[in-house]
Amino acid sequence: MLLWVIRFMVVSLVVSMVRVVIGPTVADRMIGLNLVAAQTLGLLVLISVSMERSVYLDVALVYDIFGFLGILVMARYFSEKKGEL
Amino acid sequence: MNVIGAAFFVLGVVFNVMGNIGVLLFPDSYSRLQASSTCGTTSILSFFIGCMFITGWGPMFGRILVITLFFFVTSPISAHIIARFAWKSGAVPWRRVSREPSDG
Repeated sequence: MLLWVIRFMVVSLVVSMVRVVIGPTVADRMIGLNLVAAQTLGLLVLISVSMERSVYLDVALVYDIFGFLGILVMARYFSEKKGEL
Repeated sequence: MNVIGAAFFVLGVVFNVMGNIGVLLFPDSYSRLQASSTCGTTSILSFFIGCMFITGWGPMFGRILVITLFFFVTSPISAHIIARFAWKSGAVPWRRVSREPSDG
């Protein structure tokens, strides 16, 4: 059961990367990147529960914090460069 | 206990498929953002609740609970930040009415 959910999440991650590649504007790429970060977080938790190792849960928490900070920093950086895009 | 976890996993898979279809097919930045944010929050929270039912009471339960609470707070905030960025950078919302005169 858990193994099939993990395989589904890997395929779903690859499908979500399509929007990051073909997105016409910067906001579309950020939307895709937000979705990829959320699904990677879920994948880390699923792998941790499947292997019964609690180390990956700490990795997942830190990944969650840095994904949020990454979106924040990217929005601030690209809003300063409004005329150049 | 395990059956309830499997039901939550099936729910998360259904939400995830719907969100990916929406992100790939919607015509606008704002509608894509709605699909992405809804898909992320509902499917990942369903997966986390299913993982809580599988692990049972213990140290892993507490860590998954902390991750769930943090994700439940930060995911709408990041969606709001992206929406504000798209609005300030001048993305025009998609309308069916404004597209018809250019077609005909």
